[in-house]
Amino acid sequence: MKKPILAIQNLKAGVENRQILKGINLTIYPGEVHAIMGPNGSGKSTLAGILAGRAGYEVTDGEVIYCDKDLLALSPEERAREGVFLAFQYPVEIPGVNSTYFLKSAYNETRKHRGLPELDAMEFLAFVKERVKLLELKDDLLKRSVNEGFSGGEKKRNEIFQMAVLEPKLAILDETDSGLDIDALKIVANGVNSLKRADNAQLLITHYQRLLDFIVPDFVHVLYDGRIVKSGGKELAHELEQKGYEEIIHETAVRA
Amino acid sequence: MNLTETEPTVREKNRQHTNEPSWLSETREQALARFVELGLPTLHDENWRFTNVAALKSFAFEPAAKPAPHGVTAEDLKPFPFAGFDGNKLVFVDGRFASELSSVSKLPNGVKVMSLADALVTETDLVKKHLFRHANIEKNAFVALNTAHFHDGAFIYLPPNAEVEGPIQLLFVSTGKTDGATVHPRNLLVAERASHFCILESYVSLGDATYFTNSVTELVAGENVSGQHLKFQDENPHAFHITNLATHFGRASQVTTHSFALGAKLSRTNIHAILAGQGLECVLNGLYLTNVSQLADHFMVVEHAQPNCASHEYFNGILAGKSKGVFHGRILVHPDAQKTDAKQTNKNLLLSDDATVDTKPQLEIYADDVKCTHGATIGQLNEKAIFYLRTRGISLEKARRILIHAFAGEIIERIGCSSVREELDRIIWDRLEKDQEIAVDK
Repeated sequence: MKKPILAIQNLKAGVENRQILKGINLTIYPGEVHAIMGPNGSGKSTLAGILAGRAGYEVTDGEVIYCDKDLLALSPEERAREGVFLAFQYPVEIPGVNSTYFLKSAYNETRKHRGLPELDAMEFLAFVKERVKLLELKDDLLKRSVNEGFSGGEKKRNEIFQMAVLEPKLAILDETDSGLDIDALKIVANGVNSLKRADNAQLLITHYQRLLDFIVPDFVHVLYDGRIVKSGGKELAHELEQKGYEEIIHETAVRA
Repeated sequence: MNLTETEPTVREKNRQHTNEPSWLSETREQALARFVELGLPTLHDENWRFTNVAALKSFAFEPAAKPAPHGVTAEDLKPFPFAGFDGNKLVFVDGRFASELSSVSKLPNGVKVMSLADALVTETDLVKKHLFRHANIEKNAFVALNTAHFHDGAFIYLPPNAEVEGPIQLLFVSTGKTDGATVHPRNLLVAERASHFCILESYVSLGDATYFTNSVTELVAGENVSGQHLKFQDENPHAFHITNLATHFGRASQVTTHSFALGAKLSRTNIHAILAGQGLECVLNGLYLTNVSQLADHFMVVEHAQPNCASHEYFNGILAGKSKGVFHGRILVHPDAQKTDAKQTNKNLLLSDDATVDTKPQLEIYADDVKCTHGATIGQLNEKAIFYLRTRGISLEKARRILIHAFAGEIIERIGCSSVREELDRIIWDRLEKDQEIAVDK
């Protein structure tokens, strides 16, 4: 049997005495695409933040095993080098830091970690120009500061572009669809789909079903009040679309 | 020096400068007398509130009459910035011109790049026309002291329309062998109408002694001149460094001055810019990068004396350890200087809880149709940006360095000459790489 890429068991976490995640269980195997859907305040972004190593959360119980490693014991950069990637809901503008320099540093850190030789500037540029086309981004993005002055759509596309360069084993896409018009959404989705392989996995975190028309998940989970209250196939997303969160949550509550 | 003991110094000075013409020796005597009257500034002086120079009292302000051979070789200069640059270079060791380490060549007609002591003899009229006209001994004790005691420095003269290829380097090296010694470099830089210049003025040390550099540079830029003046200060961590840069800008000129303060225990850079012609634009650009118990003080007076001029001041400070930054920017707009556009920005990055900064903008406006803005910020590194970089595999230490470097980059990118810009960028990055303390979160 295949080993999971990610196994979250009974994860409880919060901030300053306020519990947000109240026992999350989730297992993701290679080649799978999972979607976590939930209303505002259900804990979606907290989960993404904890997986990526954002400071400020306190994990009170449970564990997260990533490729046989205790993920929570790793620093954010170690997680990244091990192949965890978070596409931010709000990508950060970093004035004065050149995009190519930034990406080359990131890429070479991962290569170093894997015992591969670093690419020099010329080699990297050739490699990266290839990838930039995938997201239909302009070359001049590489000359600009990281995310500085980018439109909302450009920022989101830039996240997926970085994902295309870093080729993570586990990509977590936090509300990647928010703020995208339909054309940009299609480009982003095409990018994500083309990066799907048998040995990696994607975790989509979203409020709306819209993204899932373009990136079709194998599993959909409904997150509510810090727990996964319902899991199913891609049809669950359509059910949510039709019935809305309230009804699904109500049904689960009644069953429980 | 104890001020009550200055009388013997006056007599000694006369012995030391016996061959000088009377106009010069008289000025020196006036300057020394003025210094005695003014005394060293104290914390009670409004312009020196944040910077205590009391330690200078124990220094011998008079340079040694006959210094021992310095023994500095070209090899010794290799680690210093811009060492690999070809082109014109004047080197001064402990305030004295070192011709064997200098190189001057390929000068267009009429251009002078030489030691001021030589120029006082061979270019007397040119020197006399400008020297002492801009750096004021009346109000400034350190200018008075320099004027009384200076031995040498650089003289650069660009006739109308002249342009010298590549930057002209002035390198002031202190051997740093004697505690309590003082050097008084004195530079006169004159750019006539429509000429173009790029001048690098660097202050560095070889030894670790507690010495004092008290330099004065007068920079005169005529009509339609375009140019860049860059001062780079990286003296040893015990040294005291005080510079007065007095500038005079002509009509429609476009001059940028840069000040990079990295070294010294205490450094103070006074820049007095007089915008003396219409329609000119000047930029005062600066970066201070300090650690441990260093203090870096920039004190600017920008004087808008004519209409339709623009002045922009950009100063960024990066402060680690228990170091301290001071920014004092005064914009003075004369009644005639209508349509003045004056802008001042001072941004500070505090890398430790013990680092401090005092920032003081000051506007004095006597015209009614002007645009003057100033802004100061004091902050820490952006945590969100650090996290973002880390989620891409970049270590915490490197993420911090990248962000600090970017902050410095805002200043570095204003350097017009690309070779100089790249060199400064490399120096700053090397400094950040070397400084472990800077990369550690505290």
